[in-house]
Amino acid sequence: MWRYLGKRIFQMLITLLLFQAATYFLLDAQPGDIADLLTSNPKIPPSQRQVLRHELGLDKPFTTRLVAYIENFYRGDLGVSFNQYPRPVMDIILERLPRTLVLFLTANILAFWTGFVSGKILAWHRGGFIEYSSTIVGVTLYTVFTPWFALMMIWLFSVYLGWLPPGKFLDPVKWISAPAGITANKVFIGMIWAATAVLIITFIGFIISNYLPPKTRPAVRLGSFLVPAVLVLFNWWTSAAGPYAWDILRHLILPVLTVTLIAYGGTMLLTRTSMLETLREDYILTARAKGLPEKVIRDKHAARNALLPVWTSLVFALGASMSGGIITESIFSWPGIGLTLLNSALIGDIPLAMGALTMVGIITLISHLVVDVGYAFLDPRIRY
Amino acid sequence: MASATIQPVRVTRSALWRMRLELFWRGLKTNWALFSENPIGLIGLGIILFFGLLAILHPILMHTVWSPNIYDPVSGFDMQVPISPSPPSLRHLLGTDPLGRDVLSQLMYSTRYEFGLGILSAVITVVIATTVGAFSAYYGGIIDMFFMRLADLVIMVPLIPILIVLAAFNPVGMIELGVVIGLLSGFGGTTIVIKSQGLAVKVKPYIEAARIAGGGDFHIIFSHMVPNLMPLSLLYMMFVVTGAIFSEAVLSFFGLTQIKMSWGLMINTTQVFGYLLRFDTWYLLIPASLAITLLCAAFYFVGRALDEVVNPRLRQR
Repeated sequence: MWRYLGKRIFQMLITLLLFQAATYFLLDAQPGDIADLLTSNPKIPPSQRQVLRHELGLDKPFTTRLVAYIENFYRGDLGVSFNQYPRPVMDIILERLPRTLVLFLTANILAFWTGFVSGKILAWHRGGFIEYSSTIVGVTLYTVFTPWFALMMIWLFSVYLGWLPPGKFLDPVKWISAPAGITANKVFIGMIWAATAVLIITFIGFIISNYLPPKTRPAVRLGSFLVPAVLVLFNWWTSAAGPYAWDILRHLILPVLTVTLIAYGGTMLLTRTSMLETLREDYILTARAKGLPEKVIRDKHAARNALLPVWTSLVFALGASMSGGIITESIFSWPGIGLTLLNSALIGDIPLAMGALTMVGIITLISHLVVDVGYAFLDPRIRY
Repeated sequence: MASATIQPVRVTRSALWRMRLELFWRGLKTNWALFSENPIGLIGLGIILFFGLLAILHPILMHTVWSPNIYDPVSGFDMQVPISPSPPSLRHLLGTDPLGRDVLSQLMYSTRYEFGLGILSAVITVVIATTVGAFSAYYGGIIDMFFMRLADLVIMVPLIPILIVLAAFNPVGMIELGVVIGLLSGFGGTTIVIKSQGLAVKVKPYIEAARIAGGGDFHIIFSHMVPNLMPLSLLYMMFVVTGAIFSEAVLSFFGLTQIKMSWGLMINTTQVFGYLLRFDTWYLLIPASLAITLLCAAFYFVGRALDEVVNPRLRQR
């Protein structure tokens, strides 16, 4: 296992290096460099431009610059944004990365879980109205033009019903009067930590409950979620940052819901197909012949085996979900990596665009690694 | 003597050719029977045919009923419509856009290019993926390793972000977009699927028979392996078409492409003029969005139905 993990991380680093070389090549092939930008004033003579190019090392051969770029990348220096001029790219990315990660992770986990559970149940109730309607819903969600779908969500929830804000990360009017210590990023990162703590405690509770007698299991599971959740909510309720956290949360709901629904359709359909295939296996017949309860056959025998292809497809789904996330971010004006990438690309801010693209690549790479390692845990036949 | 030996060979050749055609025809008929069992595939095919009809009708209408000055999708303008955008009327069945152009004409004009884009990228993908997949499966070793690692690399990179960066810094039209999408999906996931199928084909007895009969590597790959990989390639073609149309629409919606008119651009125009979240001007947003969704779904449906033809395990028996 560890050997496999080491090998995979090594491969990942090579992939990342190749990806960076490719992105740097793209960056280099674009017209206009930083020297053009700094000497765009017509009063500066062209000779001065050459001097600047020499000083910045832009006259060196491509390979030298590539090595320098990659070296700087691993030192955490991604250059300076053209548009927000003196601000380093790394600074902007570190501010926006958590926002994208929260959107991406929450939506994918929710979509995978709900998609798997509902797909499992749908395969069990074959035929009839439920199957047709759910297939139509799933296929619609899977093939709908994402920007349009996001717009419809905005229209429904914020224009027509008026429940949720139509976009953006926070409500500036509310934040103008915020106390000095409270900044958007601080509050948001606090929220992430709180949510992570609740999730970890719940997870531990679930693991512990598996070793307890079956009758106490639901109580322990519910308690391990409710107790930390209530504590965290109470903590936010009493603190000064509470209303501001609520404001961010209100803005978070609609984008997360949209990305979740987009990712949900594919998982649900695939789980259904995979379950239908599994149900035809001989061991399901054996389980029925043994007289096991239907629920046990469904959850323990069929679903466990049907999970494997669904998990495999997650590798492809994550990439699509990242693309969907970028579309959603730009429609909801959610200031994450995706919106940064789009905006910087639109105005020709090359360093920022490349930094954002590399970050998108790294997120995808890491999530693929997680999927592959998870596969080893799910399938006892696969041992690395 | 020489002519006497050639004569029977010619006869068998022509018979073989006829036999192959007959086999092909019979295979097509059984496959069609399997395909038509599935209502989803037929619905998809119906939608595709409907859009194909729209694409064919547009030039005919432009030459007969619609005057080019008024109904041209890019530069048309109707003097008799006082305020643009105008709601649907008899003169403009789907209304006019904020620049006074006919929405239905734009919709029909774009269809042709969406088909072209989809087919271009699908053909590029299939040619690359089938060739590379067959070669990797047949030779194995270093060729296989190289292309599989390359495929891993391409899969890992999300398509839309790459296209955004490419399109933002370079002028990208329909053809460039089709080629890039075709290359990326050709060297990416499709290759892996085709190669794993190729591994199964490679150990079939007829490959061994061909080798014993003295067939060279290229002969075996191109006349024995590739034809047997083709059904699977055809299936993945459908999914590539969906991806290509979707990607073009997203990029045009963001205003990143150098395309004169497309469905994504119609939505972009709506956004630029600020009619996006208004339902009184539904005719600006809904037709284009619905067209993208329907055509993508249609190719996906056909793909799913073909999947059941190609993959017997999925059939409902």
